[in-house]
Amino acid sequence: MSETSTRMAAVIRDLQKHYVLKSETVRALRGVSFEVPEGDYVAIMGPSGSGKSTLLNLLGCLDQPTHGSFLLGGDDVARMTDDELSTIRASRIGFVFQSYNLIAQLSVVENIEVPLYYMGNLNAESRKRSIELAKMVGLGERLDHRPTQLSGGQQQRVAIARSLVNDPYFILADEATGNLDSVTTEEILALFQRLNDEGKTIIMVTHEDEVAEHAKRVIRLRDGEIQFDKPVEGRKVFTAKQIQEIAHNADVASHGAD
Amino acid sequence: MLHFRTVKLGTKSLLLHPMRSLLTVLGIFIGVASVIWLLAIGEGISKEAQRQIEDLGAENIIIRSIQPPDESGGNFRQITAFGVTRNESKLINDTISTVKRVLPIRELKQKFAYTGNPNVKPIDGRLVGCTSDYAEVTRLEIDRGHFLTTREVELNRPVCVIAARLADKLFPSEDPLNKQIYLPEKKELFKIVGVLKHRNATAAIGGSLAAQDFSLDIYIPVTTMRARMTDQESKRSGGSFSTKLFELSQITVQVKSADDVPRTAELVEATLRQNDPNRQDISVVVPYELLEQAKTTRLMFMMFMGLIAAISLIVGGIGIMNIMLATVTERTREIGIRRALGGKQRDIVLQFLVETITLSIVGGITGILMGLLCPVAVDVSRWGLEYFAPQLYASLPEVARVMRPTIVPISIPVAFGISVVVGVFFGLYPAVRAAQLDPIEALRHE
Ligand SMILES: Nc1ncnc2c1ncn2[C@@H]1O[C@H](COP(=O)(O)OP(=O)(O)O)[C@@H](O)[C@H]1O
Ligand SMILES: [Mg+2]
Repeated sequence: MSETSTRMAAVIRDLQKHYVLKSETVRALRGVSFEVPEGDYVAIMGPSGSGKSTLLNLLGCLDQPTHGSFLLGGDDVARMTDDELSTIRASRIGFVFQSYNLIAQLSVVENIEVPLYYMGNLNAESRKRSIELAKMVGLGERLDHRPTQLSGGQQQRVAIARSLVNDPYFILADEATGNLDSVTTEEILALFQRLNDEGKTIIMVTHEDEVAEHAKRVIRLRDGEIQFDKPVEGRKVFTAKQIQEIAHNADVASHGAD
Repeated sequence: MLHFRTVKLGTKSLLLHPMRSLLTVLGIFIGVASVIWLLAIGEGISKEAQRQIEDLGAENIIIRSIQPPDESGGNFRQITAFGVTRNESKLINDTISTVKRVLPIRELKQKFAYTGNPNVKPIDGRLVGCTSDYAEVTRLEIDRGHFLTTREVELNRPVCVIAARLADKLFPSEDPLNKQIYLPEKKELFKIVGVLKHRNATAAIGGSLAAQDFSLDIYIPVTTMRARMTDQESKRSGGSFSTKLFELSQITVQVKSADDVPRTAELVEATLRQNDPNRQDISVVVPYELLEQAKTTRLMFMMFMGLIAAISLIVGGIGIMNIMLATVTERTREIGIRRALGGKQRDIVLQFLVETITLSIVGGITGILMGLLCPVAVDVSRWGLEYFAPQLYASLPEVARVMRPTIVPISIPVAFGISVVVGVFFGLYPAVRAAQLDPIEALRHE
């Protein structure tokens, strides 16, 4: 990579994924290529069965492609062992799932720390960082709460804090607002925008146009291929004031829930 | 890398299902406690058996006279002498170099009376003619006065030493020393020169050596017995009259060192059977050999107990494995999350192993504590039995009543080690299965 050009969070070349079943071979991805520069905010869309999840699993280093390459910070993920993939996931990828996927036995801070735990980086400093992230997503006063004591929006905010803790190449959000009502969806999207404004790269999968409208760019899949890849026209942007207001309301709401 | 966090997390996960964890721990708890209990009780029993044999003296060889069964069947029975003789006793003493000394002993069932106190009824006991060495070799301890002296034996003195319980019975309120004991059947009087301390009974060994009680014994010089009562013993029982003729009831051959016992025993047998190899009127008992046998028996007993305990631990381990397999299925999603967030396969293995090992160590430690309570528990249950079911208690074998469970020290680290091994062994499969789940599949799991 040249020093002058924009740095790439991810570079994907002719990515293919085939599932070999007994009766047939499912070609879930048939050769997908794109680049995600740092600071981008991408929405991946497409009808059911078009290969969104498959692509997301590859981007998240949870799976390996049948063909093609996926460069993360200069390393080709396609050639890595299971342990190396685990290390990458722990250190450079931030996951946000539709169903939050917090660990029930752990408190808010401990959940945020999990990737660091697997990097072997737990210490007083990392604890401080996790607490700061919890504060940043508005949960500074619920550090010791368990996931079951939190609302859906709060859990998702913990998940977002967790996705940031290892300073990832990008945040991968899979239908992150799928389980949330419209108010909470706004809250999460405002948070995403704030993070993106601060320079974080976000790749999210969604089937909702209203959600995708908040991204900078949409990649639409169809039958395992890219149907189009273009900037979002008339992108919906929260103003700084709105962001503040939404965060404030969320705060009030969560305190009211006590 | 085993992080404190891993252990903390394991504990938290286990506490999520306290009842389930408790029941799982119980399996190991019972296994470990039973290892320690069985070994402690086994050790207690064999120690007791060993003590009883040792009381006979490991350096002794005991030759008992046996009255042959009555074969004549008629009234006109010819009285023939049986048993070991004074000559044989002397021969053994003089010809076998490894022999330190030979103790001649003659025993008679007798009634003992004290005429000074009209309230005391005559008591059935055992009159033992012996020499001054008898106390030392049989480990009798004198309480007051002295045991028979060499001089009293040489001079056929009419003196006696009496056992503690007999002293209590005949002299409930008086000092027995220097009082006269009366033998109504022999019409003889003996002056008491010594009173013994209480002594535990010895075990019966096979059919040849009956258990010896010692508690109702009176000891007199064997020479006095011969002079006053001869070798012939007549008894009237019911309407019939029985007579037996024997010089000695027993000789106890004391060998210079216990190592020489087996060799000496052979020589003693050879000496006694030189004229009649099939002689039926004696039996040779070698406590040393019995001791060796007892040690082998103990080893086998321990192995047997160990086997039972091992089985119960395996059962406990299977319980752990069963629970962990269920846990892995139940926590498939958590495993998926952990894998997605960077957990390596070995992290997952470790996480679940820590849980099984925690379960088994908790079971192990509590089991050990329970195991250490064994002596107390045995005492309490004996006490309870004696109090609530005295007849049942009395019917227990002597060993069960007196043995003290002895915690075998090695059983504690062994039990602990085994519980850890059980945790690892039975936890490994579920843990590996958890680690091998496909992260994507696991994340999709409901
Ligand atoms: N593990 C799998 N085994 C077999 N086929 C699969 C597997 N995962 C996905 N597919 C198939 O690949 C195609 C793309 O699926 P997916 O990536 O889940 O699409 P989307 O998330 O857009 O709905 C579908 O036809 C699906 O049936
Ligand atoms: Mg999908």
